[in-house]
Amino acid sequence: MSIASPANHGSAWRERSIVPGFGISFGIIVTALSLIVLIPLAALVLKAASAGPADIWALASSPRVLGALRLSFGAALLAAFVNLVFGVLIAWVLVRYEFPGKRFIDAAVDLPFALPTAVAGIALAAIYAPNGWIGSLLAPLGIKIGYTPAGVLMALIFIGLPFVVRTVQPVLAEMEAELEEAAALLGASRWRTVWSVIVPPVLPAAMTGFVLAFARAVGEYGSVIFIAGNVPMVSEIAPLLIVIRLEQFDYAGAAVIGVLMLVLSFIIILALNLFQGALRRRLGHV
Amino acid sequence: MSDASLAADALPVGRPTGHRTVARGESAVVRVVLIGVGLGFLALFLALPLAIVFLEAFARGWGAYRAGIADPDSLSAIQLTLLVAAITIPINVVVGIAGAWAVAKHEFRGKSVLVSLIDLPFSVSPVIAGLVYVLLFGAQGYLGPFLKSQGLQIIFALPGIVLATLFVTFPFIARELIPHMQALGNADEEAALTLGASPWRTFLMVTLPNIKWSLLYGVLLCNARAMGEFGAVAVVSGKIRGLTTTMPLHVEILYNEYMSVAAFAVASLLALLALVTLAAKTFLEWRYADEIVATRRH
Repeated sequence: MSIASPANHGSAWRERSIVPGFGISFGIIVTALSLIVLIPLAALVLKAASAGPADIWALASSPRVLGALRLSFGAALLAAFVNLVFGVLIAWVLVRYEFPGKRFIDAAVDLPFALPTAVAGIALAAIYAPNGWIGSLLAPLGIKIGYTPAGVLMALIFIGLPFVVRTVQPVLAEMEAELEEAAALLGASRWRTVWSVIVPPVLPAAMTGFVLAFARAVGEYGSVIFIAGNVPMVSEIAPLLIVIRLEQFDYAGAAVIGVLMLVLSFIIILALNLFQGALRRRLGHV
Repeated sequence: MSDASLAADALPVGRPTGHRTVARGESAVVRVVLIGVGLGFLALFLALPLAIVFLEAFARGWGAYRAGIADPDSLSAIQLTLLVAAITIPINVVVGIAGAWAVAKHEFRGKSVLVSLIDLPFSVSPVIAGLVYVLLFGAQGYLGPFLKSQGLQIIFALPGIVLATLFVTFPFIARELIPHMQALGNADEEAALTLGASPWRTFLMVTLPNIKWSLLYGVLLCNARAMGEFGAVAVVSGKIRGLTTTMPLHVEILYNEYMSVAAFAVASLLALLALVTLAAKTFLEWRYADEIVATRRH
């Protein structure tokens, strides 16, 4: 509440405004949010709590659940890291260099946002399965991607690909050429210029993209299950465990795994955001 | 970068033209390598999967492709997908505009909390988005017995599919509109209201024309997600062939039955939808760049 208007004494929590419709618009959004998102999520927590501490602990510490959580979170972090590296590189190439078809490729980066995950899933399976387009080439070399944790990683890299590109791109585009020129004129090597002029503003933006890619990847289901092979303790992701519990009508078990996933991912996202905030302050960009 | 190329970079400092590329640039070798690595990565992760969808769909010719799509179960899956989108998008438009109106046009305490809550579905697994409705409305859910006594079915039926789709698409339109409406400010509306226009007329004649492109942009993204959603819908649909299978679910069923051509044929329709979405989105970004303020991070 930055601007306190003189007519502000009417209501304590809202500034009076000549623009009407606050009541109805606020009512619609809060009602819809409650009915569609908040109450259902509350039911999830309620159901998980109904399992009782002993059952929750038994489930949370069972090797199969731990294995699935480790895979989902580990692969999501690794995929987000791969996307961090290649996303910065692709953003750089798209902003700084000219080459034929650049605009087309720029638009194509968003494909994972638009392509339904099940379509991506079966396509990746057709590529990386042992008898697939690339899988069959790798099989004689003893390399297996499809139906292994590596397959999970490939799917998660695919769906997280646009995030870092799209957060870094505007930062690179708005960067002032003068700073780099000044650094170069003052005798800095190109590496030094990149390191002390370009990296500081790019890194926090890349971290934002990293967090978004991670958040998306950790709960991903559709693109993963076709290529993962879904072997318990090896290539079974946490969302699939929820589906399996539901198919067994174990609602409480499914809810417990769901809450575990949400709590873990919120803790990790919070930690990453705190780290990013620290990074931003340290690098002097607010 | 070698010392030699650095020296070459530093040379034409005094020259007035072209100094920008010299001071900022990498050597040609570095450029080519970076472009090559970037495009190689995109070819492997984007172009290849997309190409494979169409290659597999047409693996046994046009006839087999057509047969896969003309199958009655495929056709009913297409119908259901269109129906779900036709229900969820108008709801999302109304809710999205309302949310953006409340957030962008007014100042109130707790606004940032509201914005975070609107974005919340982005960080919830689609499977959990389906799960929550099973817990509420499923046979053994909190409201299951009541619904049964009333003869209502939500889970394993259309309402459940619509609810799960609404959950995952909830933020799309509001988050496109909020930054745009904030950037526009209230001046236009205040002028219209001061001149005596009714609130409703102000919205229709002033606000709506102002935000129409970012609204369309949001609808586009929302539609792509609504038609393509898999995880959330898979949990609530029950996958009753020809009845509760949307196109993505039908793709899964066909694929698991080793009907590869039919699976990829239906998948190719969804891939076409994705391509059309991308093309329209790119056109909007190019033509109306100033009116689409939101970050592209869906």
